[in-house]
Amino acid sequence: MGTTTKDHAELSDIFNKDEDRVNWHDETLWFVRAKRDKAAHYIPEWEDLRENASQIKDNVLSNLSQYLISFEEKAQKNGIIVHWAADAQEHNKIVHQILTDNGINRIVKSKSMLTEECHLNEYLEHNNIEVIDTDLGERIVQLAKEAPSHIVLPCIHKKKEEIAELFHQHLGTPKGESDPIFLTAAARIHLREKFITRKAALTGVNFAVAETGEFVVCTNEGNADMGAHLADVHIASMGIEKIIPKRKHLAVFLRILTRSATGQPITTYSSHFKKPRPGQQMHIVLVDNGRTTQLSRPDFRSSLKCIRCAACMNTCPVYRRSGGHSYHTAIAGPIGSILAPNLDMKEYADLPFASTLCGSCSNVCPVKINIHEQLYKWRQVIVKEGYVDSKKATAMKAMEFTLSNPGVYKTAGKVGRWFMKHLPFTVNNNINSWYKQRDMPEVPKESFGEWFKKQNDDK
Amino acid sequence: MMTSRERILNLVKANQPDFLELPEIFPSWKTELSLTESFSAILKTIGGTIVQLNNLEEVAQYISTQFGEKGRIISTLPELADVTESGWKNNDPHEYENVDLAIISAHFGVAENAAVWITEELMHQRAVPFICQQLAVVVSAKTLVPTMHHAYDLIGEADYSFGTFIAGPSKTADIEQSLVLGAHGPKSMIAFLLP
Repeated sequence: MGTTTKDHAELSDIFNKDEDRVNWHDETLWFVRAKRDKAAHYIPEWEDLRENASQIKDNVLSNLSQYLISFEEKAQKNGIIVHWAADAQEHNKIVHQILTDNGINRIVKSKSMLTEECHLNEYLEHNNIEVIDTDLGERIVQLAKEAPSHIVLPCIHKKKEEIAELFHQHLGTPKGESDPIFLTAAARIHLREKFITRKAALTGVNFAVAETGEFVVCTNEGNADMGAHLADVHIASMGIEKIIPKRKHLAVFLRILTRSATGQPITTYSSHFKKPRPGQQMHIVLVDNGRTTQLSRPDFRSSLKCIRCAACMNTCPVYRRSGGHSYHTAIAGPIGSILAPNLDMKEYADLPFASTLCGSCSNVCPVKINIHEQLYKWRQVIVKEGYVDSKKATAMKAMEFTLSNPGVYKTAGKVGRWFMKHLPFTVNNNINSWYKQRDMPEVPKESFGEWFKKQNDDK
Repeated sequence: MMTSRERILNLVKANQPDFLELPEIFPSWKTELSLTESFSAILKTIGGTIVQLNNLEEVAQYISTQFGEKGRIISTLPELADVTESGWKNNDPHEYENVDLAIISAHFGVAENAAVWITEELMHQRAVPFICQQLAVVVSAKTLVPTMHHAYDLIGEADYSFGTFIAGPSKTADIEQSLVLGAHGPKSMIAFLLP
């Protein structure tokens, strides 16, 4: 772990200081997970669809170079300008150059986790270009000078009273007015002015079709469309893994994406951009930024199948109780924890350990990524590479010694139970990191081994 | 020097796994509801309004009684010329910012999610169905298809410049998961369902 940044456990401590908020966060995301279940059960062939989606993505990864070449060729024929960026820095430079060439210093942006990953906003602002995030949740965290804490629900960590205060300060709404309908209406007026006056719009990409050279952007708010259709210059940033082979495959992905994300049957808008409108410039930036490295790792390459629905976050017992910011990376939660170590194994060495390995993430994943197995595999890679922190390494060595020596194991259990019973303060303290945010369980009188032996002896 | 394009493509080619075939896709649709019932029920749950009428004359009548002289009303349907603004086309898209109601038609609707498919020529300009305060879409019940698979079968290899599925009004739940209709786009969406 980096010496300057806090790790997942330390950042979770901060989030856990407000117990009511943690409970609300936990219950709200579980509610979204429940809505996903209801939507999935409405489709009798749901499991077939997941299998289809998974296999299409497997094919994409196995033939990605051809699909990228085909996509580029078709997109160019359609009048779209295609750029290639090896890393975040190059992506940001390309975007900046397009804006400079057009004499533009103010842009609107709809949701793009890739631009979060590349820290585009900071880069552009450093170069005197104003960026307005137009997704309501993203605008809220931008005003708060924070990062999104969830890829679909960017400000799920915020209470409406805090948003009211932000809007009061920045948009001039009455102090203490926290009604979501009122606040949304205020944001609508505030952002309409931006849509009408900005000459360039940046969007993300949900799917790009190799067969036709078109790309699809999904939103509920309509902010990607408002930006793109009013701007002279539309820039779409996408990771190279967003390619799908044929237009008809959109059916599979549009059926599963939003049902998995929020439980809606489809987003309000699923817009297919194929050609720029007359007089408009349309650019696509194809970004690698570590994706080809992840593609080279057989154990982890299937993480590139992700369609960013966030179902794994909503279901994750660790994410729900630790909040997105505790993951200190653009994409939080289980999927983020298998993507981030690829970018920087040392910086994100803590993330694969931020999981109970319960497997719920893999069960809900619409493209069947074996997320929890990859978390487990990353742990082994990280320990082997020596990036694990010293406390965890010592504990793991002690555990290895104990578990490989039956005599030591039995004694350790007895000693532990004795301490918890007679000297509880030795475990119920803040030196024991397990005790934080938890109550220690009641001490059993005997171990399972002892109980089992007794049962057999009684017979 | 190698360009980023070459470098990325070389790395992808070197690192991608052995070729795996594309799967067959078998769409199925198992429900007791008719296509119209399903489309109508789902549109209501996602915040839209269904108005079942018999023809475009009735649509024109509905608009004049429900919206009358209220605000700016535009339409791409020639049959609605009498009740909508004339000469609104071929303007800069920003100019439609004060449109209160836009009435356009859709190629078809999808029963499983109440989405309607609209391409650029049906909008006149791409901005129209997003920038208006309220959107109304005319769709024929005959065109309804069960699922998105059927939808893409219909779209086939159509060469549109821009196309979009629209399902209900613009919405957000970003503030404490409270659903609010009318985020940036239309605050309401009416589907005029004709036979």
